[in-house]
Amino acid sequence: MKVIAAMSGGVDSAVAAARAVDAGHDVTGVHLALSRNPKSYRSGARGCCSIEDANDARRAADVLGIPFYVWDMSDEFADEVVEDFIAEYTAGRTPNPCLRCNEKIKFAAVLDRALALGFDAVATGHYAQLRTDDDGMIEMHRAVDHGKDQSYVLGVLTQHQLAHSLFPLGDTTKDIVRLEAAARDLAVAKKPDSHDICFISDGDNAGWLTEKLGPKPGDIVDETGKVLAAHDGAYAFTIGQRRGLKLGIPADDGKPRFVLDIEPVSGTVTVGPREMLTVDYIEAIKPLWCGAVPTDALECSVQLRAHGEEHRAVVRVSTSSTSEGGSTSESGLTGAGSDTVTIELLEPASGIAPGQAAVIYAGTRVVGSATIARTERRTNIAALA
Amino acid sequence: MNETRDTVYLDHAATTPMVPEAIEVMAREMARTGNASSLHTSGRTARRTVEESRELIADRLGARPSEVVFLSGGTEANNLAIKGLYWSRVGADPGRRRVIFSSIEHHALLDPVTWLAKHEGAVIDMTPVDRLGRILIDDLRTSVESDPTSVAAITTMWANNELGTIQPIAEVVAIAHAHGIPVHSDAVQAAGYVPLDFAASGLDAMTVTAHKLGGPVGVGALLMKRELDATPLLHGGGQERDVRSGTISVAAIAAFAKAMDLAVARRDETSARIERLRAHLIDGIRRIVPDAIINGDPEPGADHRLPNIAHVTFPGCEGDAMLMLFDAQGIECSTGSACTAGVPQPSHVLLAMGYSDVAARGSLRLSLGHTNTRADVDAFLAALPAVHERAFAANLARSGS
Repeated sequence: MKVIAAMSGGVDSAVAAARAVDAGHDVTGVHLALSRNPKSYRSGARGCCSIEDANDARRAADVLGIPFYVWDMSDEFADEVVEDFIAEYTAGRTPNPCLRCNEKIKFAAVLDRALALGFDAVATGHYAQLRTDDDGMIEMHRAVDHGKDQSYVLGVLTQHQLAHSLFPLGDTTKDIVRLEAAARDLAVAKKPDSHDICFISDGDNAGWLTEKLGPKPGDIVDETGKVLAAHDGAYAFTIGQRRGLKLGIPADDGKPRFVLDIEPVSGTVTVGPREMLTVDYIEAIKPLWCGAVPTDALECSVQLRAHGEEHRAVVRVSTSSTSEGGSTSESGLTGAGSDTVTIELLEPASGIAPGQAAVIYAGTRVVGSATIARTERRTNIAALA
Repeated sequence: MNETRDTVYLDHAATTPMVPEAIEVMAREMARTGNASSLHTSGRTARRTVEESRELIADRLGARPSEVVFLSGGTEANNLAIKGLYWSRVGADPGRRRVIFSSIEHHALLDPVTWLAKHEGAVIDMTPVDRLGRILIDDLRTSVESDPTSVAAITTMWANNELGTIQPIAEVVAIAHAHGIPVHSDAVQAAGYVPLDFAASGLDAMTVTAHKLGGPVGVGALLMKRELDATPLLHGGGQERDVRSGTISVAAIAAFAKAMDLAVARRDETSARIERLRAHLIDGIRRIVPDAIINGDPEPGADHRLPNIAHVTFPGCEGDAMLMLFDAQGIECSTGSACTAGVPQPSHVLLAMGYSDVAARGSLRLSLGHTNTRADVDAFLAALPAVHERAFAANLARSGS
C-alpha cells in the first residue's frame, strides 16, 4: 500500500513509520504543521508544533529512507480544534482537543488529502489495535499496553476512517518501542513523551484561555448557593477540579472542596464535597459508532476521560424523532447527529465533565463514543457508598 | 527507495549542478595548501589563484578587479550591500535613513531591510510592482523625488527569482543618480542567463553567486564601486578591501571563476536552447491543462524575463501537493516561495503582484538549466496529467471538508 506516516517528531510515530516500511508499504513521512506561525501556539521544546519537532521527524524519515514533507494543516487546526476548544470552554464544558484533532484533522483532513493524492492509508503512532471480524468489519481494540492505550482518543473514528488507518504500535509496550527506536538508530528514542495540549506552550490551560478570552469575573458558591469567592473566568475551572480554587476559607467540615458545576452564562462555579461529584447517570450526544448501532440495552463498560478507568454500564441509544434516519451514513452503520445515548453507570463515576467523550467498550473492543452532555445522580450517595 | 533513478531536475533557480570543469578546478585547488594572506610561496600561489579569479570574474561582469569582493554568497552580499550602505550613509548624514526596495525582493534582501527598520531606525519604502512582477518606475521616481536627501540607498533586483521578470535597472539608476543616491542590485538569478555589465549598468553595487551558474555553493561576490563606502559586517583580518574579513576560500573562488568563464562563454547558446525548451514546456502545459496560467512577462529577452523560469498557476490545485506528486516520480521542481519550518508560505512576490492567497499557493516554479534536455521536459509533461488530476482532487477534498 501507499501509506502516509504522520510523524510528529516523537518516538512513537517514528517507530510506527519504521514498522510500516518493514511491512512492505511504500511510505511517505508527513509532519503536520498545525500552527502557521510555529511560535504562536507553543514556544516550549515539546509538543506538536515546534520547529524542533518538525526537524526530529525529518531526521527520522532520513534514517528510514522515506520521502518527507510538511503539510500545512494550520487553517484546519485553527478552525476545527482551537476554535472548538475555546467555544467549548466558553460554554462551560471541558473538551478533549486530541480527540477532536483525530476526528477532524488526522483521520479526516489528512486522510482525505492522502486518499485524493493516491495514497491508501494513514499510519500513526497511536497505541490501539485493529482487527477485522468475520463479516469484514474493522474492530478497534485497546492496545496491549493498557497504560499507553489511546483507543479513547480514537473512539470517534468510523469504519471508513478505520479502513484507511494503520496503528503499528498497538501490539507493543512503550518500553519496547523505545528500545526498538534505539536499535533502529532513531535519535528520538529517548525523547520525552508529550503530555500537554500541543497548542498551549506551558501546560497552563487556564492562563491560555484567560489570555484568549479576557477576564470574565464570576462567583464561586457552595452547594447551598453561598458566595465563597470571586474568580476571573469560569473557563479556568473544570468539573472535579480541587486545586487552585483559592477559596480562602475552609469548608465547615474542613474537607477539601471540588468544582461541582459551571454555569456558563453567569459564570457561577459551584463547589462542594467530593461525594457530590459522584454520578451514576449520563446523557451523551453526537454518538459515533465503530460498527453497528446498538439496538437494545447494551451491557458494556465506558471510559469517561483520557487515561481514566472503565466503569461498567448499561448503554441505550434513543433515536431522535426528528432525525428520520438521516443520521445514518451510506453504510448504514455509523450514525451521528441527533441521537442521544443514555449511560447508566453500574459503578458510579466522579468528576465527570460535560464536553468530554464517553467511549463505550465491549471488552477491549471500542463500540462507539459520544459527547457527555449532562450528568446526574439518581441513587442517593449513601446507597452508592 | 535507495535505488538510483534518473532525476528530472527542474529547479535550477534554487541551485544548478556544478559544471565538471569547476569541480575539477575545485578538487585540484583543495589539494593544495596556502592561505592567500600568507607571505611565503604557498601563500603567494594561493593569492595568485584568487587574483586571477578576481580578474576573470571582473572581466566577465564588466567590472574592475578591485571592485570584486569575495564572500560567502548571495545572502551575505545582500546584507553587506544594504546594511553596509545604510550605516555608511547614515554615518555621513543622519538625515539619510530611507531605504527604497522593491516588493518582490528575495528574503535575503527583504529581511535585512526590515531588520534595519526594526533595529537601526531605517525608514523603509517599498516600490510596488505590476501584474508581470516589474517595478512601477513612476512610483519609484515619486518616492525618491518626494524627499531625495532622505534616501540612504535604493535596491532593486535584476531579475526576480520566482518569475524571472527583469527589472528596469537603467531607469532606477538614472533616477537615483540624479540625486546622488547609490543603487544596489541583486543579480543572483540573472548571472549566466543575461548579459551583465556592471560598469555600463551604472550600479554602485551588485550581488552575484557561484552556485546559480555552475559553481559551488558557499562563494559569491559583491561588486562594489571603488569609491563606495560600505560599513563591514565582519571584522577581523582585513581581507577583501577590509570590507569582508575572513580567510578566503581559494578553491571555491577558483571554481567560481571557472564556472563564470564557461557560463558567459556559453550564455547565448545556452539561453537560446533553454528558451526553446521553455517554449516546449509551456506549449505542453497549455495543452494538458488549458486553464493553467503562465505568470510573469511573456516576452523573451534581456529586457523582459529570464529564459529559464516558467512560473505557472494551476487553478484549483495546491503547489505543494503537485511538488510532492512530481517528486514521487523523480521530477523535482519548486513552489517558488519561501518555507517556514518546511511549510510553503504564499509567495510574497505573487501577493505583491496582486494575486490572491489561493492563486499564490496554487503555483509551481519550473526552472531550467544547463543540464536539461527535451527528454526532461517530456518527462514532466508525461507526468503532468495524473499529477494535476490528483492535486485537483486533493484540493477539492480539502475545501469541501
